[in-house]
Amino acid sequence: MHAIEKLLANKAGKDSVTTGEIVNCEVDLAGINDLYLQTVRSFHEMGGVKVYDPSRVMMFLDHYAPASTIMQAQNQKAFREFCWDQGIEMLMDIDQGVCHQVVADKGLAHPGEIIVITDSHTTTHGAFGAFGTGVGATDLAIILATGKLWFRVPEIIKINFEGKPPQGVYAKDIILHAIGELGADFAVYKAVELAGSTLQYLSISERMALCNMSTEMGAKTSYIQPDDVTMAFLNEKVTRPYEIYHTDPDFVYAAQVSFDVTHLQPKLAAPSSVDNVFDIQTFIDTPVDQAYLGSCTGGRCEDIGIAAGILKGKHIAPRTRFVIVPASKGVFLEAMAKGYVQSLVEAGATFVTPGCAACLGTHEGMLASDETCITTTNRNFPGRMGDTQARIFLGSPAAVAAAALEGKIVDPTPYIVKENA
Amino acid sequence: MNTNLQGRAFVFGNNVDTDQIYPGRFVQYTDVEDVAKYAMHGVDPEFIHTVKQGDIIVAGTNFGCGSSREHAAITLKAVGVGAIIAESFGRIFYRNAINLALPLIVCPHILKYVQSRDSLLVDLKSGTISNEKGILITAEPLSPYVMSILEAGGIKPLVRAQLLRGA
Ligand code: SF4
Repeated sequence: MHAIEKLLANKAGKDSVTTGEIVNCEVDLAGINDLYLQTVRSFHEMGGVKVYDPSRVMMFLDHYAPASTIMQAQNQKAFREFCWDQGIEMLMDIDQGVCHQVVADKGLAHPGEIIVITDSHTTTHGAFGAFGTGVGATDLAIILATGKLWFRVPEIIKINFEGKPPQGVYAKDIILHAIGELGADFAVYKAVELAGSTLQYLSISERMALCNMSTEMGAKTSYIQPDDVTMAFLNEKVTRPYEIYHTDPDFVYAAQVSFDVTHLQPKLAAPSSVDNVFDIQTFIDTPVDQAYLGSCTGGRCEDIGIAAGILKGKHIAPRTRFVIVPASKGVFLEAMAKGYVQSLVEAGATFVTPGCAACLGTHEGMLASDETCITTTNRNFPGRMGDTQARIFLGSPAAVAAAALEGKIVDPTPYIVKENA
Repeated sequence: MNTNLQGRAFVFGNNVDTDQIYPGRFVQYTDVEDVAKYAMHGVDPEFIHTVKQGDIIVAGTNFGCGSSREHAAITLKAVGVGAIIAESFGRIFYRNAINLALPLIVCPHILKYVQSRDSLLVDLKSGTISNEKGILITAEPLSPYVMSILEAGGIKPLVRAQLLRGA
């Protein structure tokens, strides 16, 4: 069996599972975002009275942090009241940030556990060897009511990345390259294991970006076998026991693909789909109205540090704005302590409250018609960050910061300043 | 439930994501009547003025990919869409729709057989999709588990019964 299958079998109270089987699993951590008041509605419609286990539920007020319309404020109020009524102590209010980063910051993503959040990018927690998957409001309400949810045991695909990425190439470029080659529906309904020699060069932050973006090839969940990098991160944060599963040597994957990243160029996903991927050279000199650094994909401290390295002592281009949204309070605090925030604000960047902001076109940093944005986020569908006529390019934090500096798309490689270099 | 459905086809392409089915800026609405106002707004703002009860959406690959927002399934159900036939579906959208008892049929190559506004007959039990002239194509039949959710009128009544049994 694969490690993912062993994990599912354990949570379903079985010795083994097979592909395609429907299993009912204990959920270790369930999370609800402020977009999904329907979760609470569905819970009541199902006849739910008391949440099955409030200590395993988190509520995130992240998409509208802080509320910018009366309706958002009403929704958040209803969520807070639900938490207080139900004894849900992990209410992550508007100061905390994007759900996935908050879970990671608090050391709540563990190997061998099932994390289900009302957010498609819950695959992020594969970076910790967890089974993370996104669901809608009604599925989450089932977990609130019963502590469990059904899953179909997925086919598992292995994607190997081999070699050391060159300077200027980040996890974002690597995963965009893979999605461009494989297509946005490559892994629909399937689990994706990310493996290969490249991983040893990627930090937890970079691995989270990889796993996060596996959603954009349709993956149900993603998985990186925990190694020294994972353990170093977890040992600092996690105090309670957890189990690490290993894949049997005779396990047969539904498919295996490999990418050599040794000579990869910085990449961009061009409007309007995430698999519309090109070398950044293709779009050199395209004027940029807004550069945007943030989200559960590209709003971590390392990402902000890369931007600070590029912009420190300089100033962004006159007709360009640079919106930065730290993914979480933890990220924001660390970026302040390291002086990144100071450098970037002096360079003309606009900081926004930790949260989702304009990533899904509902909150601060929206785009007007015919504007062009380059962003570290994960989706560039029409209308994703504002007007449907806006053009969205997805790229690495370095590509975004270099574009903010020059007011146009450039190859970021010559701009990159390595810390301590 | 009636497993023989009939309706006009509304045809869309590949990768119609949840932002096109239900744009993010309307996600703050949570009442069904409000959510119903923006069905397919990101791809065809005229859709809600032309769709009728029982009409059928036909689409290419990966319909409903993107966000987990249940609004996308709720809005299509609320405007009366009777079924969605696509070459493939985004995973979370699939779960959301079935949970709400909105039938989804996976049917590779369906776009080759159907034109916009064709009148279609769908037999959920056998998976056959027909027009007035006869059977066009046979899709994968729904799995017994999915069928049981649809027959119960969605997952909420099933969980409700389970909770009552447990209580
Ligand atoms: S940052 Fe963007 S992708 Fe991540 S949870 Fe928020 S809206 Fe979704």
